[in-house]
Amino acid sequence: MKQIKSLEELKRIRDNANQGLNIRKAEEEKHIKLKVGMATCGIAAGARETFNTLFETIEKKGLKDVYLVQVGCMGYCHDEPMVQVNVPGESPILYGKVDKEKAKEIIEKHVEKGELLQDSIISKSFHKE
Amino acid sequence: MKRYQAHILICSGTACESQESREMIEKFHQELKKADLHEEIQIVKTGCFGFCEKGPIVKIHPDHVFYVEVKPQDVEEIVKEHIIKGRRVERLLYEEPTLQKKIEEQEKISFYHKQLRIALRNCGFINPENIEEYIGEDGYLALGKVLTEMTPEEVINIVKDSGLRGRGGGGFPTGYKWELTYRNKNDLKFVICNADEGDPGAFMDRSILEGDPHSVLEAMAITGYAIGAEKGYIYIRAEYPLAIERLNIAIEQARDYGVLGEKIFDSDFNFDIELKYGAGAFVCGEETALINSVEGGRGEPNAKPPFPAESGLWDKPTCVNNVETFANIPPIILKGPAWFSRVGTKDSKGTKVFALAGKVNNVGLVEVPMGITLREIIYDIGGGIRENKGFKAVQTGGPSGGCIPEKYLDTPIDYETLKEIGSMMGSGGMIVMDEENCMVNIAKFYLEFTEDESCGKCTPCRIGNKRLHEILIRITNGRGTEVDLESLQSLGEMVKESSLCGLGQSSPNPVLSTLKYFAEEYREHVVNRKCPAGVCSMGKKKTAAVPKQ
Repeated sequence: MKQIKSLEELKRIRDNANQGLNIRKAEEEKHIKLKVGMATCGIAAGARETFNTLFETIEKKGLKDVYLVQVGCMGYCHDEPMVQVNVPGESPILYGKVDKEKAKEIIEKHVEKGELLQDSIISKSFHKE
Repeated sequence: MKRYQAHILICSGTACESQESREMIEKFHQELKKADLHEEIQIVKTGCFGFCEKGPIVKIHPDHVFYVEVKPQDVEEIVKEHIIKGRRVERLLYEEPTLQKKIEEQEKISFYHKQLRIALRNCGFINPENIEEYIGEDGYLALGKVLTEMTPEEVINIVKDSGLRGRGGGGFPTGYKWELTYRNKNDLKFVICNADEGDPGAFMDRSILEGDPHSVLEAMAITGYAIGAEKGYIYIRAEYPLAIERLNIAIEQARDYGVLGEKIFDSDFNFDIELKYGAGAFVCGEETALINSVEGGRGEPNAKPPFPAESGLWDKPTCVNNVETFANIPPIILKGPAWFSRVGTKDSKGTKVFALAGKVNNVGLVEVPMGITLREIIYDIGGGIRENKGFKAVQTGGPSGGCIPEKYLDTPIDYETLKEIGSMMGSGGMIVMDEENCMVNIAKFYLEFTEDESCGKCTPCRIGNKRLHEILIRITNGRGTEVDLESLQSLGEMVKESSLCGLGQSSPNPVLSTLKYFAEEYREHVVNRKCPAGVCSMGKKKTAAVPKQ
């Protein structure tokens, strides 16, 4: 291991490590949360691929404060795989039939630019606990 | 650092490790491998979460789900249900007793709600055996800042302005101690970390060393720079094997990364740290006795002055600070003295870690702002008295502290108020007693401890504590008289005033405080020969059944 000799080197290690640690922080207000329905119905409809695509896209783009969460059955099984996008301060958006392409689109449009994918929305304003 | 889609945090403090958390980590590795998820999910062993009552703790991110009392046989279910299917394992969630509701998130549990974590900031969050996780949380940034941008005087002023006081018990202003050591010019100076946590029931220093050892190393290096020392010692009791193991790993890593050693951050400052093991004598927590022990001598205190700041280890100026005090230093440097001093009361700034124990529902480690009331700690954080029994007293400060009765439950606590009501902050032990505890018996217990632990150097402590203990034995055996109560009082005051070091100066506190607040209970013992709580034998021997021939 090369020894740290300046503040800049230390900060480089910090920033790199910090990205790995951000996931453990609970400040919900700051984070965009993507919830993927991964119950039996979701997985059977291909939620695993959706999940992995979302994960890879987030990783590739190096997006901070965006987290993926696996959740159980959302109760709307015929539209699986489903992805719910929780943007802080906005009501949650629920997308249905999210395949790989749509998963990429969600990241590129909704998460990065704040544009909703109108055609795929199932519900906009349901009660969120 | 590699990114993972989920982190499983498993508490590896001593309390949880003793409940098979090590086996659980192994099991998680196996189960994740079976599910072919071991590349995607990271298993992290962390320091103490503080909620020891409900350990072992497993926390899963990014869902922020907090599982309690997890056993190795639950691991399979957690992986299958939570990790693979995304369903909570309901039965392992914490249930708030007052609400009878399961709670998922750690921050929403009432035990954590009123806490403010500065010294324990990284405990239960980072892996203590990975320096990069510490660096990721701004670790060693304070050291870097100090070495590249500040003079020693500026560092001392920041600590002085913050109002930080020694967390080991005495409450001496830390910045002032640093300044004294800084002013004593000498070719050699030393920094010592006092990790000889001797109070029965106190375990915050151990938890910090186990959960966040780098914070102490970093703070010691900062202290070294401020006072002009190049060598630090951590005096740690040999009964803390896990803390020692993690400290050794941390020191090794810090040397590898160049944050300990020579020319740190390319400055002219060198600093290195060595461990010294204590044999577990209570008196060695007193700084002059500790220094004697580090030198290889008997752990006996010296008369002060000269203070260690003038003539300490090997007669060189030495700065001795406690583990928890050190853990506060890096955030104070980074966030500034004003950030720290806005928390707390007029003369006691910041937070204090208490080890909550005894007859309280949530036993554990809590860090709260100074000025919080005992009621908030015991009822809101601690969840009240076990089995809904009545509160009787709370003992703070370990064997040097006193018992505080119910009428002071709403006193905002800091160094001064605790002293006023006959107890002390001490290192932060807090033992809650209910109506089934006999206060005379409690006083006897502590005196037995101090009689044992007195080093014997000065007469008042050596003989005075023994006599106090003898009188208490007499009273609890039903042979006490009213004269004994007077002797307890006068002898206790005498020992307190004439002992050489902090041990004797505070050892009568448990007796004097119970005499003051529970006088009726003492009188009941000597006048009516009864123990109202039904604890003391009062001379009645338990009759063993003799088999008839």
